[in-house]
Amino acid sequence: VDLRHSRSLFELFFEFLLFCCALCSIALVLVLIAVLGWESFSFFREVPITRFLFDLEWTPLFAQKNYGILPLLLGTLQVTVVALTVALLPGLLVAVYLSEYSSDRVRRLMKPLLEVLAGIPTVIYGYFALLTVTPMLQKLFPGMASFNAISPGIVLGLMVLPLVTSLSEDALRNVPFKMKESALALGASRLQACFQVVIPAALPGIISSFLLAFSRAIGETMIVTIAAGQSPRLGINLFEPLQTMTAYIVQVSMGDVPAGSIEYRTIFIVGGILFLFTLLINTVNSMLWSNRRGSQR
Amino acid sequence: MNRRYHSFERWKVAETGFKIVSITLLTSALATLFFLILDLFLDGSPRLDWNFITGLPSRFPENAGILPALVGTLYLVGITILFSFPIGIGTALYLEEYSDRGPFANRKIRHLVEVNLNNLAAVPSIVFGLLGLVIFVRYLALGQTLLAGGLTLAALVMPIIFIASREAIRAVPHSLREASYALGATRWQTIYYHVLPSALPGILSGTILAVSRAIGEAAPLLVMGAYVYISFVPEGLDSPFTALPVQIFSWLTRPQTDFQSNAAAAILVLLPLLLMMNGLAIWLRDRNARRNQ
Repeated sequence: VDLRHSRSLFELFFEFLLFCCALCSIALVLVLIAVLGWESFSFFREVPITRFLFDLEWTPLFAQKNYGILPLLLGTLQVTVVALTVALLPGLLVAVYLSEYSSDRVRRLMKPLLEVLAGIPTVIYGYFALLTVTPMLQKLFPGMASFNAISPGIVLGLMVLPLVTSLSEDALRNVPFKMKESALALGASRLQACFQVVIPAALPGIISSFLLAFSRAIGETMIVTIAAGQSPRLGINLFEPLQTMTAYIVQVSMGDVPAGSIEYRTIFIVGGILFLFTLLINTVNSMLWSNRRGSQR
Repeated sequence: MNRRYHSFERWKVAETGFKIVSITLLTSALATLFFLILDLFLDGSPRLDWNFITGLPSRFPENAGILPALVGTLYLVGITILFSFPIGIGTALYLEEYSDRGPFANRKIRHLVEVNLNNLAAVPSIVFGLLGLVIFVRYLALGQTLLAGGLTLAALVMPIIFIASREAIRAVPHSLREASYALGATRWQTIYYHVLPSALPGILSGTILAVSRAIGEAAPLLVMGAYVYISFVPEGLDSPFTALPVQIFSWLTRPQTDFQSNAAAAILVLLPLLLMMNGLAIWLRDRNARRNQ
């Protein structure tokens, strides 16, 4: 009886420990939200939100301070658009090829390879962008600046392409085989079956891979810090230096900005916006899945 | 009839076109990466020797080495695992084994963890740097030290370990648990002797991926205050530090090409290590998945 009692205490202890772990992870998220929220709140006590949203310049580090977020947003957007152009459609086409056409051997070789590639640190991709891709592009376009949007954009695209391919391929392979067989039995060619039956059925998974690529591209830091420059600029020109939201945070962190100053708070408001964007994308993503589950029932 | 045949022919042509386009895309993406890595190798390999690995940073590029960064990275990995591994697995175990019955069962917590950690896994790494800066560096007053850096990275990779562990624990067949209960084992005994061992390859694979992520991250460390120039090997957890990716970044952003060759050489140390770790993790996971089928 004694033994059983001590054993159940032992059980209870571990159960409590694991429960604490779960609480810990929730606390982590709450603390993160609190930090970003509090510092952003302090920022908006000094800078009115209209100036933040509608000012056309971002110069918190200069004597003449302006706090318009638009130039940073536009910078992030330009790099992201280039990256997604490189990654989405090609990534999907390769995924279709791997799941529908390639031999089993090629697929079994490619899938792990893609995943290994997805693990290359971004600082290495930054090296590629700055020292290999930019000089090459400068030979093609002689007027191009050495910091620009297009080279980090392309490299960022190469970085997320394996991700898109890998996840889309999973989605395509999860489509029940009988759907494709029925299409083939009705006389569809392989490509027809693929584009008119399999891809529509796998669409939520494919969109989800696109969304993940989008959120990666927005939040990517090292490539753009190294190769895109540090000049926030309101304008669309892929060949000129610009600054993304993430690169701005790094720029401020590398300098000596005292805690509690308005410059210090700007990195939290920019970080908070990044956080909100990824949260939004993630929410859209999970709504996509729950809708689908609902309609299948 | 004729028209239908025609359309069939068109699809046939489209099919060939599609194959050509996608094979071209696949090979050109791989060829580009291969070319980039080759270029990196040509640039970095002349600098890569034993002195480079055991040397201290220097104002002169030809004397500079990566020892402080290497040791810093090792420390960071240790701290990161120490904190993220137990919490990640613990959370996964609670969610899968204890959240629906028992004294600590709580559906709300379960739901909260699910939603929060999935979102956390998608948060850009730089945002974790902000978290580290405020909480670990300033609020807990750890300063810009190895411990603060390791904790920041631990927060970053914990969701990865959680998600992988949860999948692995879920994949353990229910019959195994039933059999263990039938023999009179308690819930913790079942977990410790049966669930964890059979989930181990999956958990391990997730942990290796998480560690390789932590090794490669520069952005959060830069934000929480890793130094870009450290001329001594860090000793102890309260030491200022730099890490390999941070060192690479710092060399890369200098204008002199000699320093950029140093960056290439440091990448040649970092990259094979990470590729091997990722390869191992994926191999482990796939082997385990095949076994479970």
